[in-house]
Amino acid sequence: MTISLEAHLRARREAGHKLLVPYVTGGLGDDWLDVLHAVADAGADAVEIGIPFSDPVMDGVTIQEASRRALERGATPAGIVAEIASDDFEVPLAVMTYTNPVAHMGFRRFAAALAGAGISGAIVPDLPLDELDGWGDAADDAGVETVLLAAPPTPDDRLRAICERSHGFVYGVTLMGVTGERDHLASQAHEMGERCKAVTDKPVLLGLGISNPEQAVEASRFADGVIVGSALVSRVLKGGGPDAAHEFVRELRVALDQSTQPTR
Amino acid sequence: MRGSPVTLEPPGPEPTGLGRFGEFGGRFVPETLVPALIDLEHNFREAWASEVFRAELTELLTSYAGRPTPVTECHRLSERLGLRVLLKREDLTHTGSHKINNVLGQALLTRRMQKQRVIAETGAGQHGVATATVAALFGLDCVVFMGAVDVERQALNVFRMQSLGADVVPVTSGSATLKDAINEALRDWVATVDTTHYCIGSVVGPHPYPWMVREFQRVVGDEAREQCRAILGTDPDLVVACVGGGSNAIGTFAGFLDTSARLVGVEAGGHGLESGQHGASVSRGVPGVLHGSRSLFLQDEDGQILEAHSISAGLDYPGVGPEHAELAATGRAEYAFATDDEAVAGFQLLSVTEGIVPALEPAHAIGWLARESGRAVPAGSTVLVTLSGRGDKDVALIAERLTGERL
Repeated sequence: MTISLEAHLRARREAGHKLLVPYVTGGLGDDWLDVLHAVADAGADAVEIGIPFSDPVMDGVTIQEASRRALERGATPAGIVAEIASDDFEVPLAVMTYTNPVAHMGFRRFAAALAGAGISGAIVPDLPLDELDGWGDAADDAGVETVLLAAPPTPDDRLRAICERSHGFVYGVTLMGVTGERDHLASQAHEMGERCKAVTDKPVLLGLGISNPEQAVEASRFADGVIVGSALVSRVLKGGGPDAAHEFVRELRVALDQSTQPTR
Repeated sequence: MRGSPVTLEPPGPEPTGLGRFGEFGGRFVPETLVPALIDLEHNFREAWASEVFRAELTELLTSYAGRPTPVTECHRLSERLGLRVLLKREDLTHTGSHKINNVLGQALLTRRMQKQRVIAETGAGQHGVATATVAALFGLDCVVFMGAVDVERQALNVFRMQSLGADVVPVTSGSATLKDAINEALRDWVATVDTTHYCIGSVVGPHPYPWMVREFQRVVGDEAREQCRAILGTDPDLVVACVGGGSNAIGTFAGFLDTSARLVGVEAGGHGLESGQHGASVSRGVPGVLHGSRSLFLQDEDGQILEAHSISAGLDYPGVGPEHAELAATGRAEYAFATDDEAVAGFQLLSVTEGIVPALEPAHAIGWLARESGRAVPAGSTVLVTLSGRGDKDVALIAERLTGERL
């Protein structure tokens, strides 16, 4: 049964948790489903699964490389969705991919495939608010929650419209740039989180460049939680497998949970 | 025929709504870039409606780029082919290709937007050279992304860009050609959009680029129509231009859309359409979304973009501008192809019959014309071909192909 992304994240937030959504590249290695289970077991509130695209313009070198390796291994959108469908997960799942693979399969067919596989949501970063119609309607009809991105230069009125239209959660982009590990949390993260929180009650998660537990804790002070991608994927690329993924997500989980404990 | 100094025509028809040409076009980019594109569209609209802006661009096109370019009647080539062939001579502009028309317009816009840095992508290097040139002219910082494969095969243009003060960044991801250079330029732009203008080199990318670049290139077609009328007394039967992304073709076609001339875009046939190694995205592509717009792209059964192949780095792109996709869909323009071999034959033919050494891109148009004269092009037809650039950059490559030895 499909778990509602937004309902689940709201419930976790209401229970006092900071939200943690790790990103796993679909089809990266034979054990990629084990990686997915490992991050779920380690305390992820939801998992974002990347469906690789040949030309990922929103991604930096780590996720580009992961996508390349997955494609070389023969990963396909339909294959990844089918593998997920054949498994069971206790946290909601969302796919992240680009417009072309979605449009190529057909918006309604893709949305139906996600719903059929028990996937709750979709993030398509090169499908902004103004271009959403075809996919947005198909996703809504299939019960798939479409997560929209808000970015630092987004003006206030547009930000409000994005938060209104976004389902599942609102993805606050913390910096001007592409995915990838960074030494410091971007200076825009604070403002991005607060701007989104000011106009929506939906869960607001910050993502891009969040690379370690300290940055995750800091970012989550301005929002409901964080998305962590490249820092996790780089551990998998280095051969760490499910164990390394589990350990890293566990560290993030523990740090976020400790940050919400009342101090004595 | 050279004609009188250029005066830019009033703006042409706009795409509808969100930058659509029929079902093609649009603005498929990460949210991070959307405000910048809206701002660019706003600035372009204001500038293009401004007499001061247009006068300044006209002055630059005349005194710096060398416009109007002549139309040359090719007597010996015409005799050889049994046609009457005219060439629109974009090879005679400063920097040697039509690319200068667009970058002068975008450089003026960059200054208007008070940005100090421009980035560009390039395949054959012509757009990179043109961008580096205007960056020097306007005192802007310039970074050019170029596929590592193209850096290798277009070494002369890489040196030209560096001599002009530009930083050339080789891109090794993917097929290491133009498509990947565009990806990398987009990634740079996402991170630097506050201070940087992305000077896209063809009628591709998100709205407003396909429209804006067409408007900056329509000077080619507007001039050519008047020049053809002066020479022929009427419009040519056929207007032919090579198509990679398609900027010289769309600029040319823009001048003839409301005439009865047949419009033919010639794509890169590479090793032949059946070989799968080509750049014929209208002939063999399917609708999709890449680099910010919906158009026709070469892709596999899962929607992954395929690598294109052409002997010409400038045509080595797996997509085409959205307005071309719409012109093909409505049938107003036809799209054909010439193979690598036919392009080389076209290169040789124009060189020996007219003393004009074409770039490999327009050599495709010449190669197609040579193949189809007396067939798809009836004997005695009047034909305008846009010679989009000169062949200096390709001489070493062709010499190696023909002789097996490096110059």
